[in-house]
Amino acid sequence: MLTLTSPVETPLHRLPAGGKLAALCLFTGLLFTLSLPALAVAFLAIASLTAACGRQFAAQAARMVWPLWPFVAVLAVWHGWTGDVAGGAVIVLRLITAVMAANLVTMTTRLSDMIAVIETLARPLRHLALSPRILALSIALMIRFVPVLAERMGQISSAWRARSPRRPGWRILIPATLAALDDADHVAEALRARGGAG
Amino acid sequence: MERKLTHIALFAALIAVLGLVPPIMLGSGVPITAQSLGIMLCGTVLGSRKGALAVLLFLALVAVGLPILSGGRGGLGVFASPTVGFLVGFPVAAFVAGLVVERWSAPVGIAAGAGAALGGIVVLYAFGIPGMAAMLGKTLPEAALLITPYLVGDAIKVVLAALITRGIAQMRPGALLSRP
Repeated sequence: MLTLTSPVETPLHRLPAGGKLAALCLFTGLLFTLSLPALAVAFLAIASLTAACGRQFAAQAARMVWPLWPFVAVLAVWHGWTGDVAGGAVIVLRLITAVMAANLVTMTTRLSDMIAVIETLARPLRHLALSPRILALSIALMIRFVPVLAERMGQISSAWRARSPRRPGWRILIPATLAALDDADHVAEALRARGGAG
Repeated sequence: MERKLTHIALFAALIAVLGLVPPIMLGSGVPITAQSLGIMLCGTVLGSRKGALAVLLFLALVAVGLPILSGGRGGLGVFASPTVGFLVGFPVAAFVAGLVVERWSAPVGIAAGAGAALGGIVVLYAFGIPGMAAMLGKTLPEAALLITPYLVGDAIKVVLAALITRGIAQMRPGALLSRP
């Protein structure tokens, strides 16, 4: 399963994940206190940092920020209508800059490093019966089973189409959910046979 | 122990797969996705605790950078977007949905529908609307106005969650973990 980490190697890839995440939290918090001129500077800083990493990198960054367009459109219409253009610009810039900064961290951090950060953060939960091994196992299982369940849903859809002139609808979710429950039972048995999860 | 782990992991994967299902366009150009249906099902099928944990696992993997949120979105950027309130509300919605199915002794279909409605709409929007209001700089009523087109799709999903949960209970009575 492909992650959103960019295959283009940049200097940012070499920075430690925990540091980048901490910097992101501070930066995003700061964004909410800035006024319009400072926000424009922040936006330009993040945009240039993204662009400096190359064309392919910037293209992926643009794709990842594109889903915000309905919100930008609504805000543009709303603030254009009420005449509060400056207020609208503040909100739009803040939104785009925060999302782009967060995407920058996601694109320059490997999955394994991110999982390591989660395990570090989850260490206090060790006392509530969430051992690092269980956490790592559940993450690995989930990642492993997304393509498996997707293929199973495809098979169920094909079986439906072979038996009905109508398109498959919500009803295929009944066997799909049962498939998830069955797979969970089988994998649990396999886990127990290999020494258990604890 | 292992069964609890695998149920949580598998249902988290199911939510991800439901995000890959292409959104259906309602009349007014509002896309409804199948993902919140997955959230409701986690609660109604797995029960409150396991359902919430499955959704939390799903969110952890979204944060880590997998493109499993509907539309192929993922990474930390989605937590900075206006829909962050809904993301935070997802595990609570699953918990409440599961709680209703576990505690209320009505027939499965009705309990699941009530749970999906209470969790998947009331509780979820209680988190989503303030989140959207904060991120878009609008008041709560204004944010609520922006969200109303999606209520129709979510109402349909409540009915579907009830029908699917009842279908599972009928086909394999022991399989419904919220009602052992």
